[in-house]
Amino acid sequence: MSANGWYIVSALVENKPGVLFRVTNLFRARSFNIESITVGTTEQQDLSRMTITTNSDQRTLDQLVKQLRKLIDVVDVKVLDLDKSVYRELALIKMKAIDPTTRSEILNYANIFRGNIIDIGKETITVEITGTPDKIDAFKNLVEQYGIAQLARTGVSALPRGTEL
Amino acid sequence: MTGAKALIHALEKEGVDVVFGLPGGANLPIYDALVGANLRHILVRHEQSAAHMADGYARIKRKSGVCFATSGPGATNLITGIATAYADSIPMVAVTGQVPLAMIGKDAFQETDIIGVANPCTKYAFQPKVATEIPEMVKKAFYIAESGRPGPVLVDIPKDVQQATAEMKFPDLIKVRGYSPIVDADLSEVGKAVELILKAERPIIMAGGGVILSGAFAELQALAELLMIPVVTTFKGKGAFPENHPLAMGPIGMHGHPEANKIIIEADCIIAIGARFSDRSVGRFDEFGKGMSIIHMDIDPAEIGKNKSVDVAIVGDVKSSLRTLVKLLGKKVVKRDADNPWLKRRKEIIQYYQETIKDYAREITAKKSLKKLRELLPANAIATTEVGQCQMWASLHFDVISPGTFFSSTGLGTMGFGFPASIGAKAARPDVPVVDIAGDGSFNMTENSLAVSVLEKLPVIVFLMNNYMLGMVAQWQRTFYNRRYSGVHQHQCPDYVKIAEAYGAQGIRAQSMAELEKAIKTALKSDVATVIDIPIDPDEDVYPFVAPGTSLKDMITGA
Repeated sequence: MSANGWYIVSALVENKPGVLFRVTNLFRARSFNIESITVGTTEQQDLSRMTITTNSDQRTLDQLVKQLRKLIDVVDVKVLDLDKSVYRELALIKMKAIDPTTRSEILNYANIFRGNIIDIGKETITVEITGTPDKIDAFKNLVEQYGIAQLARTGVSALPRGTEL
Repeated sequence: MTGAKALIHALEKEGVDVVFGLPGGANLPIYDALVGANLRHILVRHEQSAAHMADGYARIKRKSGVCFATSGPGATNLITGIATAYADSIPMVAVTGQVPLAMIGKDAFQETDIIGVANPCTKYAFQPKVATEIPEMVKKAFYIAESGRPGPVLVDIPKDVQQATAEMKFPDLIKVRGYSPIVDADLSEVGKAVELILKAERPIIMAGGGVILSGAFAELQALAELLMIPVVTTFKGKGAFPENHPLAMGPIGMHGHPEANKIIIEADCIIAIGARFSDRSVGRFDEFGKGMSIIHMDIDPAEIGKNKSVDVAIVGDVKSSLRTLVKLLGKKVVKRDADNPWLKRRKEIIQYYQETIKDYAREITAKKSLKKLRELLPANAIATTEVGQCQMWASLHFDVISPGTFFSSTGLGTMGFGFPASIGAKAARPDVPVVDIAGDGSFNMTENSLAVSVLEKLPVIVFLMNNYMLGMVAQWQRTFYNRRYSGVHQHQCPDYVKIAEAYGAQGIRAQSMAELEKAIKTALKSDVATVIDIPIDPDEDVYPFVAPGTSLKDMITGA
């Protein structure tokens, strides 16, 4: 078995009820390991885009793509070339921050990572951060020392660069 | 027109002539619309049998079988039959009633989320929310069920949608955006296959169920006879190639023909046609085909590389792919001699096993019974099987002469399949004898279909090799659990002759080969179903045997 790699699979699917269920049920039934999945509308009203990230070997990835294509509600499936794609994830991180030093350090790190402070209370600060999953991991590792109270990540959204379709 | 009427009209437009089903609260409007319709409804005694009948019908007609059930338990009872069809890629349209739209999600009486339940064992499932959607959904259901790699499709119709009245439009053309089955093969891949075949010294054909589904019998025979190479099949492919043909070797696999299991591991190039390299056929995936080149022809791209990496993949309808392959090969191959060294080896292997395998010595054995059955049946008779030892004995000892006249629940291995499926087959081809090669454990599960066979005048023959045991389980307990029997005895209950008679069918007990011959002849002339109860020794095992998790080369040929 070949080594695992990190892949982004982009699928155009019918925008109707039950499609997400069909896709996730397929992953479960065939034991495909999914790291994240995002679904949202596209430029076409009747199509949704699903962005799936997975850590798998080439052969499993190949099966995942073929099995996805087999679903009637799946219109198109592509494995994105990471060098020729843009991909982003959004995370909301709520940290415990009571003393002024901690507060200013968090503000400082958030600035460096181009994050936004979207909520601040007496005991917590919530940062919104957008970037590749690596960048979010890096920020998370950095602020873990202050105590992360809550964290929510959206999973990856992606598109091919430029004129690539 | 009501939604229910639209459903029936749409079925008629698809050319459906028979529907197997059972009514209930949530499909009453559909049953009301059946009155006066131009199609035959066959009332079953259990919905599982309706799905199996539709399946058997579909395998012989080579178009979708149709079954009806009500919501909740009616629908869930269909599931085993739907899953059976899915595992064997059989086209089927199952129509279930559903609770009214407003009741969905309220845990109403006889409500079940059948779309969710059916998801992993259907190609697709529809649920019209307004009556006007019905004609198009039915048309799409048939298109999806029958095209590409066939399979079952569910149409789940809420009761109020069946009752709603609307002006209906019946489309002649439909399009399903995310669905475009590949038909014609990529020529460059066929070219690569030609190169591999020409290089090979010991090529072999492994024909699977796809050949039968595609009806590519003549094309397969043309390829075999052009190359003059041995043909093995998978169990599902049994009968894709006449088993009395000089190149035929029979099925490979767990209980494959010994000569087939032996010769395929001596080959240097496997041409797998419409086969999916299932564990039961090939044993261990990593051992199978080691050091050989593999050409894989299949209509389903997802089958390529799923269980087995291959050298050349030809995706497309195997009938069309085989035609192209034969055409391209024909330009390069001079028809081979019938006594080339590879075919000589074939003869040696067959002879070896003929001499070394000893028959189980009893007055009546499974092997002798099945040989007698074959001898007395016309070549075009249809045979199906139950599941278990009887099924594997059928694979070993019942030769299919006319291609496409044999089928079985090979993928899901559904006990109770054979008998209702044989009734479905009889509905498709009333003019030929239909036999269910049965064991008692499996027949017992759906024997109430005797009522359907008698009342609907669909006489079939139940060839019941009866050891009053769940024989295959007992065999595994003998082999792997030191003869510790657990839950396998059926204790001479019921009396199958009396069971047959209770339903108005014919029951005959055959305790000698002479009685068996007489019974088969009587059954062939009968206007009602005949159960031939053939007591066999409960210790008779099925050999050869390739134990699970081992390779074909580890085949055990006898105790």
